[in-house]
Amino acid sequence: MSEVILKVKDLSVGFERDKVITGLDFSVNKGDVVAIVGPNGAGKSVLFRALLGLIPHFGQIEWARDLKISYVPQKFSIDKELPLSVEEFLKFKKKKTADIVDTLESLGIMTAKHAHHSEFHLQEHILKQRLGWLSGGQLQRVLIAWALLDNPDVLLFDEPTAGIDLGGEETIYNLLKKLHQERNMTILLISHDLNIVYKYATNVLCLNKEMICYGTPSTVLDPSSLAKLYGGEAGFYKHDRHG
Amino acid sequence: MAAKPDFINMIAMDNSLLLQLIIGILIGLSAGYVGSFMVLRKMSLVGDALSHVALPGIAIALLMNINPFFGAFTALLLAILIIWFLEKKTELPSETLVGIMFTLSLALGLLLTPEPELLEALSGDITKVTFFDLWLTLALSMVIIWTLKRIADNLMLGIISKELAMSLKIPIHKINFIFLFLAAFIVALGIKVAGTMLTGSLVIIPAAAAKNISVNLSQYSKWALIFGALSAAAGLLSASYFDISPGPTIILSAGMIFLGTLVFKK
Repeated sequence: MSEVILKVKDLSVGFERDKVITGLDFSVNKGDVVAIVGPNGAGKSVLFRALLGLIPHFGQIEWARDLKISYVPQKFSIDKELPLSVEEFLKFKKKKTADIVDTLESLGIMTAKHAHHSEFHLQEHILKQRLGWLSGGQLQRVLIAWALLDNPDVLLFDEPTAGIDLGGEETIYNLLKKLHQERNMTILLISHDLNIVYKYATNVLCLNKEMICYGTPSTVLDPSSLAKLYGGEAGFYKHDRHG
Repeated sequence: MAAKPDFINMIAMDNSLLLQLIIGILIGLSAGYVGSFMVLRKMSLVGDALSHVALPGIAIALLMNINPFFGAFTALLLAILIIWFLEKKTELPSETLVGIMFTLSLALGLLLTPEPELLEALSGDITKVTFFDLWLTLALSMVIIWTLKRIADNLMLGIISKELAMSLKIPIHKINFIFLFLAAFIVALGIKVAGTMLTGSLVIIPAAAAKNISVNLSQYSKWALIFGALSAAAGLLSASYFDISPGPTIILSAGMIFLGTLVFKK
């Protein structure tokens, strides 16, 4: 088997009497794509924050040594008036403009189809824009570009395609797939969409304050654990095993 | 048009005015720059409150017969320590506490400040500056601008998203502390020019004006610096010309720049 890069043991987050997450045990291997699914308020984003060391927790979180971990938080709003251009934002990661342009292009923000001159114009256009003026989808892609800029070993994505149209969603998941395949990048993502989980994840972690299941999508996403996860309201899989 | 040679004559004939102009412009520059981040951090009113906190410090310094700058700075340092601690420990808006703190210190300051110095402490009097003030201002403004430039990127990231900044292992609490420290410095300096009542505006208005016309951070910082310096210079010259108190004219100049930028608002 490939090497373990994350080991979580008996992880709990929250206060003594009001736990957001209790008793989580799982491990992630290099090159895994782990989808974290669960209803709203199940503690998915909290789990990410704990994994990143942003909030206090009980139990063990062990990352392999010298990993570069990148994080895209759940879609957040940026003040429309904030005087900061896309280029300045991306340059906070201290990279050359050429790298920024490459990454943005791979995310489909600028197409290479345009003639040289107008392509240049387009690049100029988005880079010089105020960050707060971007549409929801554009902003999300810029955030993903931000995460990819320093070639991380591990990516943590909190709802990577929230606010992005269907076509854009395909582009982004295909990009994730490509990154996974080409660079053996390990990806942890939070998703609401079970289709996506089936299509892209190697492992799925069902979370509803505690761990409901963990394993490959086809083995663990059975009707009973889905019912347990979503409180019997998941209409996605109908099971007709009566009698 | 005819006023131009008048101003030049005015400066040439009056060494004290030249000194005031240099000090005023230096303070305007750093106030604009520090203010630019205070505006982004939604601390406009905190800046105002901070300047009031300085009053009891000034009073105690006057009673002890030491340079009021040091009294003001000590009081401000105490205030920013409290604000920093609150920001770190709670997610609560520090508004309420800042509101209480500022009126309490104003009350205390009004009682403690000796009557003759009270008006000066409230509205500032740059006409009494000395060469010591020049060196102090020069050194401190350089330190303020240089330090702020160094932490600007991380400060901005923290403003966009605390989580994003923390996920990059940026020591966000340390950065915030350094920033508040710079804010205390500039308010303490600004009191010489605009007094405890108006210094908050000297920090905030040029930055607010710059924000109106800037698309990116480098434009924004540049305009905040320029508008800060311009307000100070225009205010000092007009005060000298009309022989009135410079504190209010500086703030009014800043206000006029702000109104002007509204026309070009991006």
